[in-house]
Amino acid sequence: MLSKRLIACLDVRDGKLAKSIKFVDTKDIGDPVEKARTYYLDGLDELVFYDITASSDKRSIMLEVVAAVAEQVFIPLSVGGGVRSVADATDLRLAGAEKINVNSAAVQRPALIAECADAIGGQNIVLSMDILKVETSQQCPSGYEIVINGGRKPMGIDALGWALEGERLGAGELVVNSIDADGTREGYELKLTAMLSEAVRIPVIASGGAGTPDHLYDVLTEGKADAALVASMVHYGDYAVSELKHYLDGRGVKMRMSW
Amino acid sequence: MNSWNAHEAVVIIDYDAGNLRSVQRACAEVGMHAAISADPEAVRRAERVIFPGVGAAGSAMRSLARHGMGDALKEVIKAGTPVLGICLGLQISFEFSEENATPTLSLLKGSVRRFRFNRNDLKIPHMGWNEVQVVKPHPLLAGIAAGDEFYFVHSYYPEPQVERDVYATTEYESGFASAVGQDNYFATQFHPEKSGSVGLRLLSKFATWNGQC
Repeated sequence: MLSKRLIACLDVRDGKLAKSIKFVDTKDIGDPVEKARTYYLDGLDELVFYDITASSDKRSIMLEVVAAVAEQVFIPLSVGGGVRSVADATDLRLAGAEKINVNSAAVQRPALIAECADAIGGQNIVLSMDILKVETSQQCPSGYEIVINGGRKPMGIDALGWALEGERLGAGELVVNSIDADGTREGYELKLTAMLSEAVRIPVIASGGAGTPDHLYDVLTEGKADAALVASMVHYGDYAVSELKHYLDGRGVKMRMSW
Repeated sequence: MNSWNAHEAVVIIDYDAGNLRSVQRACAEVGMHAAISADPEAVRRAERVIFPGVGAAGSAMRSLARHGMGDALKEVIKAGTPVLGICLGLQISFEFSEENATPTLSLLKGSVRRFRFNRNDLKIPHMGWNEVQVVKPHPLLAGIAAGDEFYFVHSYYPEPQVERDVYATTEYESGFASAVGQDNYFATQFHPEKSGSVGLRLLSKFATWNGQC
């Protein structure tokens, strides 16, 4: 039986680990390579690196971080943030990323998903979606809207429609990131996650809002997510990766328990 | 006679079928220094060969043909060189893949089919960590304990025709063959290079495997 995955997301800015709260304030919290290695040895199932470097001339730092992590971490490594072309995706893959996350650039130009899927295989393309809860409207019948540029720009695109379109274009996996929940530590957006997970056949990773272990339990059961993404709750040392896995295993969630 | 130690020439076959550096890095981690090569002569000279691959069966078979790699692979397997197939490498070892309706290498008897489920909650691709149950002992699977999990990413699965070719199975609604082999050829549907310490253990066994079962 397939295990649910625990994924840690590391936001990296100028080569350093940062954690955003509601996508606005970011503060540096350490060396991403060291953190990645620690989580790997503690049983993490997958790693995501998100490059939030503002200036494009510093983007090569991210390639160095990815390469350094890939040397010593032997679990799937997913990288995103600012991927605009097949060339960007290929650079990250050569540096050592297994999966490539596309986000804003794919919303602005959906063909990017198909191009990347053709070039490096759809199973390696993760469509990362930043989603805001809105009033149900003709434009957004699901009541959820896609936003881009780190949560700052609403796009008038329905989240459910975009998830289905992303799957159709060849994405192998979805990250469902609730902007409303992100950084609050009050729990994942369960309704949104379950709605999208039931609508697509590809795996769904829940993101945004994890604060306590029961939040993970809720999203992997009621929220129907295939994987739960955590950030602050492990980065600041509140919980160890293995502690979260033991908790979920203890509550009957199928997890990988030997590493 | 060859002396089978970890520093013999190891070649990872490059046929435009995915990111091979992760395989190379995992090999390095267990002391196996492997070269990535698209040259069939390098494969013929190698003391052990890794045949990886992600992507689609159709384009993979075209790339193998273009590089003249299919013949080289068949030759070295016949000659007794230890060969490890991974993921798509395993899939195109069979006779036929439903993916692009592709006739494949026929190293093993059987075919490769797409996952089809009546239930909507089983996702495709089969992506993530899953248990590998050893059904027949093999030197490369030595040390795998009950409950050990490996990392999988695939939408198609092998259906071997010959039961004795199956060394391990994995459950995804029903069981499928997740490790297969014959003599000096062994292949896994999962990715040992992405499977943490259990995957590295399998690669370290391959580093010293003499090709005998």
